[in-house]
Amino acid sequence: MPTLIRCENGAFAAAEDPFTRVADDQELPQGDVIISLQRFLNDGERLIGQHRAVGVVLKSSEEVAALSIDLAKVAVVALDFPAFRDGRAYTQARLLRERYGFEGEVRAVGDVLREQVGFMLRCGFDAFEPADGASCEDLAMAARRQRHVYQRAADGRRPAFAEREA
Amino acid sequence: MYRYDDIDREFLADRSAEFRDQVNRRLAGELTEDQFKPLRLMNGLYLQLHAYMLRIAIPYGSMDSRQLRKLAWIARKYDKGYGHFTTRTNLQFHWIKLADTPDILDHLASVDMHAIQTSGNCIRNTTADPYAGATPEEVDDPRVWSEAIRQWSSLHPEFSYLPRKFKIAITAAPKDRTAARVHDIGLAIKRNRKGDLGFEVMVGGGLGATPHVGPTIREFLPAEQLLSYLEAILRVYNRLGRRDNRTKARIKILVASLGAEEFGRQVEAEWAAIGAGSDLPAGEMARIRAAFATKTFETLPERSESFEVAKSADPAFARFVRNNVKAHRAPGYAIVEISLKAIGETPGDASADQMEVIADLGERYGQDDIRVTHEQNIVLPHVKLDDLPAVHAALAKAGLATPNINLISDIIACPGLDYCALANARAIPVAQHIAERFANQDRAELIGELKIKISGCINACGHHHVGHIGILGVDKKGEEFYQLTLGGSGAEDASVGKVLGPALPANRVAEAIDAMVDVYLSQRQTGERFLDTLRRTGPAPFKEAVYADAH
Repeated sequence: MPTLIRCENGAFAAAEDPFTRVADDQELPQGDVIISLQRFLNDGERLIGQHRAVGVVLKSSEEVAALSIDLAKVAVVALDFPAFRDGRAYTQARLLRERYGFEGEVRAVGDVLREQVGFMLRCGFDAFEPADGASCEDLAMAARRQRHVYQRAADGRRPAFAEREA
Repeated sequence: MYRYDDIDREFLADRSAEFRDQVNRRLAGELTEDQFKPLRLMNGLYLQLHAYMLRIAIPYGSMDSRQLRKLAWIARKYDKGYGHFTTRTNLQFHWIKLADTPDILDHLASVDMHAIQTSGNCIRNTTADPYAGATPEEVDDPRVWSEAIRQWSSLHPEFSYLPRKFKIAITAAPKDRTAARVHDIGLAIKRNRKGDLGFEVMVGGGLGATPHVGPTIREFLPAEQLLSYLEAILRVYNRLGRRDNRTKARIKILVASLGAEEFGRQVEAEWAAIGAGSDLPAGEMARIRAAFATKTFETLPERSESFEVAKSADPAFARFVRNNVKAHRAPGYAIVEISLKAIGETPGDASADQMEVIADLGERYGQDDIRVTHEQNIVLPHVKLDDLPAVHAALAKAGLATPNINLISDIIACPGLDYCALANARAIPVAQHIAERFANQDRAELIGELKIKISGCINACGHHHVGHIGILGVDKKGEEFYQLTLGGSGAEDASVGKVLGPALPANRVAEAIDAMVDVYLSQRQTGERFLDTLRRTGPAPFKEAVYADAH
């Protein structure tokens, strides 16, 4: 099981993961689950009715819009990095946060490396399954690297132009 | 020059500290080369045939004497005493040691320079008109908008892992000196009928294996909405651009496959959803504009007597003026182009000594403003006519007075097989042969504007597709051959050149060009450039001349 690290109010902490990732050809276990978009669209209503938390994992090729009407019922959206070079999940995360106002957990899964965590935070991710064994301290250091940022994003950090106005 | 503030400086310091940590981890063996590669590339560090190559950003080709002197100092201390100016107006050092790179980046940061995003699948250095702030044709200063883009795109959290690299150009005059139409995004600054400032937006141009001239997706974008519109374009590209095949990953392929109209429609829909929240506040745009040190021009007469006297007295100076000196918006001033295409030398190379000469001239005579052009030359944009004889004499002494701007020996060439691991063939020696064949300056002037561009492989770093004559190096069973293309242009009349015929061996390239020049000289009508004659006659007579002895 990969470690789950959550970031809350700027603090990174290892967390128990209550969710089970379930592949499309696997039987559903009891408890909280993260399932594919396809399975969610077919079966999501029923599962949510069973009084458990349901999360959805999106492939980088899938559109956030497909999930938009059901987002209020979803506990976690996990966005997959099939390789760290595949940057589509950054856009998916920003759309979830900024366009669809998603307030649940946005989790980075797949090829998640400490060097990219700063960008992920800025795009609205708040949970990480590091693939490189990075610790909470590693992620915290990566997130602190740049004292300034130049652009608005999903994290509410004040960009340079706003700092200058103050 | 844009003057950095504390925020800009701290941003570079933080980035430099991060890279030092990464290099230390690599040298200690904590990072493998595979893990380190993407990190070094984001800081402009390539591993080439012989050594590391460090590509330093010269944002929109603009620098001051302090910065150019620092580059000269780095060339001497950490390289072999010279550097190579590129078609992206950057500077490359080809003989760098990995362990030195953190110190080099700190030295660069000490003069407000960096190597951020000079490589990788991210937004690269913006190209802007090298005559910015000086040419009388200018609608607005493109550096102001380029600097806004530089800041916005630096470590952009959403757009640092795009399908492929991404290049933006801004032209601010009807005459395009930036090759805007063959960039991923080309922006042409305009005013509408009401006098408001805005941009024509062209998307999906590019060279490489599949050259495209970028179609216009918006005729007029209000200037203050530039960043939100760029965000919309980049977001559509980041979502939909191909990632399964590196050679089909540039935005030109997406635009061509969707069609410009459909691509434009998706951008407009995304832009409407983004809203104005992503644009810079007017106050910040005004701050950036003000952070460019304003130039004050003396009130001078249109005509300089000492300049006229020098022209009549010294034919070499007169020739330099005819070819390398351009009109300035202020009376009594001129734009001076310094050719880095001395006959027999490597196009774009400058020695540390030459960099220092240019820095001194820029400081003393040029309002401390120095530019790099995408055609690999240097510009002093603000020189008094009165000072031109002294500037010319100093340049001549340093081997920098080659009077060939836009002429046949002002050749763009990529580093080619001499340096680059990707190349199939050498490019520099071919450029040198051609330049030597046309070393006679009277003949070169008689021929007039003729743009030759040479690439050592299909990646087209030497822009051969948009050369009036393009030359592409190909490998045929281990031997270097060269394919000629005709009729390309990277300017406002952009077009992609067409292959003339079978590739030629290296020793036939220069004579083939000579044969085509003879055809042009015999067929041209009044006022026609090589490209105009070719467009009128079509390629047939040129092809006949090159391949005549093959019949």
